[in-house]
Amino acid sequence: MKEIGVYIHIPFCKSKCYYCDFNSFPEKFNLVEKYVYYIKKEIDIYAKEYPNCIIKTVFIGGGTPSAIEARYIEEIINYLFKKFKTEEKIEISIECNPKTLTREKLRTYRNIGINRISIGLQSLNDNLLRKIGRIHTSGDFFNSLKLIKEEGFENINVDIMFNLPSQTLEDVINTLKRVITLDIKHISFYSLKIEKGTPFYKLYNQSKLKLPSEDLERRMYYKGKEILEKNGFKHYEISNFAKEDFKCRHNIIYWKVKPYLGIGLSAHSNLSKKRWRNVASFESYFKYLEKDKKPIIELEKIDSQTEISEFMILGLRLVDGINKAEFRERFKIDIHNIYNKQLIKLKDLGLIREDKENIKLTKKGLDLANIVFMEFI
Amino acid sequence: MSNSRQNRVRNFSIIAHIDHGKSTLADRLIEETGLLTEREMKEQILDNMDLERERGITIKLQTTRLVYKAKDGNEYILNLIDTPGHVDFNYEVSRSLAACEGALLVVDAAQGIEAQTLANVYLALDQDLEIIPVINKIDLPSARPEEIKKEIEDVIGLDCSDIPLISAKEGINIEDVLESIVQKIPAPKGDSGAPLKALIFDSFYDSYKGVTAYIRVVEGTIKPGMKIKMMATDKEFEVSEVGIFTPSQVPVDELRAGDVGYVTASIKNVRDARVGDTITEADRPANKPLPGYKKVTPMVYCGVYPAEGEDFNNVKDALEKLQVNDAALTFEPETSAALGFGFRCGFLGLLHMEIIQERLEREFDLNIITTAPSVIYKIKKKDGEIINIQNPTNLPPLTEIEYMEEPIVESSIMAPKEYVGPIMELCQARRGTLKNMEYLDQTRVVLHYDLPLNEVIYDFFDALKSKTKGFASLDYELKGYERSDLVKLDILINKEVVDAFSIIVHREKAYERGRSIAEKLKETIPRHLFAIPIQAAIGSKIVARETVKALRKDVLAKCYGGDVSRKKKLLQKQKEGKKRMRQLGNVEVPQEAFLSVLKFDND
Repeated sequence: MKEIGVYIHIPFCKSKCYYCDFNSFPEKFNLVEKYVYYIKKEIDIYAKEYPNCIIKTVFIGGGTPSAIEARYIEEIINYLFKKFKTEEKIEISIECNPKTLTREKLRTYRNIGINRISIGLQSLNDNLLRKIGRIHTSGDFFNSLKLIKEEGFENINVDIMFNLPSQTLEDVINTLKRVITLDIKHISFYSLKIEKGTPFYKLYNQSKLKLPSEDLERRMYYKGKEILEKNGFKHYEISNFAKEDFKCRHNIIYWKVKPYLGIGLSAHSNLSKKRWRNVASFESYFKYLEKDKKPIIELEKIDSQTEISEFMILGLRLVDGINKAEFRERFKIDIHNIYNKQLIKLKDLGLIREDKENIKLTKKGLDLANIVFMEFI
Repeated sequence: MSNSRQNRVRNFSIIAHIDHGKSTLADRLIEETGLLTEREMKEQILDNMDLERERGITIKLQTTRLVYKAKDGNEYILNLIDTPGHVDFNYEVSRSLAACEGALLVVDAAQGIEAQTLANVYLALDQDLEIIPVINKIDLPSARPEEIKKEIEDVIGLDCSDIPLISAKEGINIEDVLESIVQKIPAPKGDSGAPLKALIFDSFYDSYKGVTAYIRVVEGTIKPGMKIKMMATDKEFEVSEVGIFTPSQVPVDELRAGDVGYVTASIKNVRDARVGDTITEADRPANKPLPGYKKVTPMVYCGVYPAEGEDFNNVKDALEKLQVNDAALTFEPETSAALGFGFRCGFLGLLHMEIIQERLEREFDLNIITTAPSVIYKIKKKDGEIINIQNPTNLPPLTEIEYMEEPIVESSIMAPKEYVGPIMELCQARRGTLKNMEYLDQTRVVLHYDLPLNEVIYDFFDALKSKTKGFASLDYELKGYERSDLVKLDILINKEVVDAFSIIVHREKAYERGRSIAEKLKETIPRHLFAIPIQAAIGSKIVARETVKALRKDVLAKCYGGDVSRKKKLLQKQKEGKKRMRQLGNVEVPQEAFLSVLKFDND
């Protein structure tokens, strides 16, 4: 039995946030029903091809999965579990936008086995929320959180962003300090990155977007890290913090380069020494699946060298870093036999640290992780 | 027969300012005389290097033979010898003019006479050529042929009463030009029976035939099998082939006095067939060579280095190949602490330098780095020795120098009078001395300035163009050397002198140049893990300082399943960018940095 994680992409949103370059379509809700039909077809294909897989985690992401009616989520999950075996202690996450959650939706989620709720909050400052194109207010967040807890969810993540236009350090501190009082188990704490093709990208290039300075951005990061760590959150990945036993098991699959299957528009998979990416438009997605063909647009074979390289650059994102014994067991070779030169150089630069078990980023390495990763490309 | 044939030969050049339509006119003449059908014609046939066509300028001259049936019923052979239009290639112009009896002077109907046109007209007049003015681009709405006629009469003193008014682009009145050539340009003189005298006006090399020399037979006859001698070098060869240009090479039995054509003679070294030399018959030599052989001397030097060290031999091969048909290019190996093994190359001027750089990159697919251009300085040492320096690195210690001299050029800048102010400002800033200012007519002025050449090579032409909206034109020639208060300006990156950035400048300019270079390097050198000081120094005195701040952050916040491929590609790109950089000490410097310091700000 091969353990896998499954990602399901729900490419629908009420409206697009100004910084978002994810594949999602506002105003295409008329396609939901059709989309769900083809999602099931895609699940069929892979269930036949990989009958020996057992699902360890499911992540329903988007877009905004909570924006569509809960019965569609129910349909997908039920179908998935009909076709695949599942682990007993399965983790099932769903991404939600505070504006779109209702008690009924949460109840359905609960009933179909969803046990982890991820809320896209970003900030408690309503002004900032408007500026970055979020449709909700801090009030919406508090209301949703209340409902989530009332419906019995314990494993809750909140996404928080920093480095937002004209954001102050106080603003970041205020948001974090308030959120940690709410008995949240996991916090993703992201620095805004201006991505191509977003409204922010255009504004930024026209110098119409005032972002915090690089120094301030780093201060926000380290101040945030300090607050979270002081309050019982363990910093376990560059941008992720969790209370004991509440790390996101699904995301760890990515960082440990373990197998996962992505279902839906532009979803990515990494299974049986291959990585592939699905088509990005509804039209072609439907067309492929209508003919019972996999809706793949790009496929890459992963040879062992590539796998090792990815193991390094993804594994080093984890704060505990790479476990040398794990490396040896997986690749049947000592890490120093492959990367001795690079490791020595990076240690000299003060970017990584090595102890008996692990190799990990130093504080400086956290700031300059790309310089480290580049050595393993 | 020979005499009647010789009477129907016309040898001519076209002289014109860049963009005034020389190449287009050449195309039309070829078309009109039916040499090629329109379909066979590529645009601008004579400019056959890609680079030339792209820039719309002629660098290497080309030659072609036209057969024209004139209105008098006779067929004439018209040998067109194309000339380069730019000041840097003056020597080639004067050689090709020496092969002619006449020249067409093409003047743009809207823009009128320009400095370089004038310079070439004077060259032609020096050679006693018959000059036929032609006004081109009469189809333009802004054409003002009557005014231009008057300008030509006033400025050059040519009769314009029956001047052809043409549009080469539209093919208007091209026949007038051909008739003028036949009627006005004298037939070549010379005796086909006399001892051979043939002028080499260009040459090129291919590995099969060796050197092909382009010649104008002035006296005598040349044919295959003949033993010939180069009068400047005394080297002897046996002619294997003679021919004409149609414009491709077509072998003929012989070339006689008055003819233009080519000769091959298993000449393996291009130095043995120097442009300007006279070919004579070995067994029956002429008593003296034709006038005009002059060794061309480079005026501008720079270091040319392979971006990747292993390309050294490829750069060497490429330079050798370029030198074969560009005798003005010189090079010798040199080493730089910063750039490794490379070459110090000499050029006629800045354009020549840029063209060679571009040809190395395009035609030979080489990735090169060039250092700041320099001129030749004369150094009088305290021990009495006088040395020539063209690489700032070789400057002796100041304590050994009694004085230094720099080359000065006499320049003439022609422009509409409203730009006199900005031009004077520019020349003043470039240490120029105004010698004279004359009005060509009511609107146009020529300013004569003596300028230090090292100011001219530092982006002067671009600055001039930008200050005059492109209207000014420039011509210059070397005047001589003058004593000057010069210093060596060093650039230190992370406290280490980078020899490739060193320049010799006038003391008063050192601060400004130092600051400008430091600022540009600050912009082009990427941030490292540590802060990098960039300093400009004269000796041990720091005159400018900038700092490339340490890199604080380079991390992707998000990386999940869907991001892996994309983020990996980003990292790959970042890594490749790093690979292309030059390692100077522990600082990585991108190639653009070497280029950026050569360009002057458009202030």
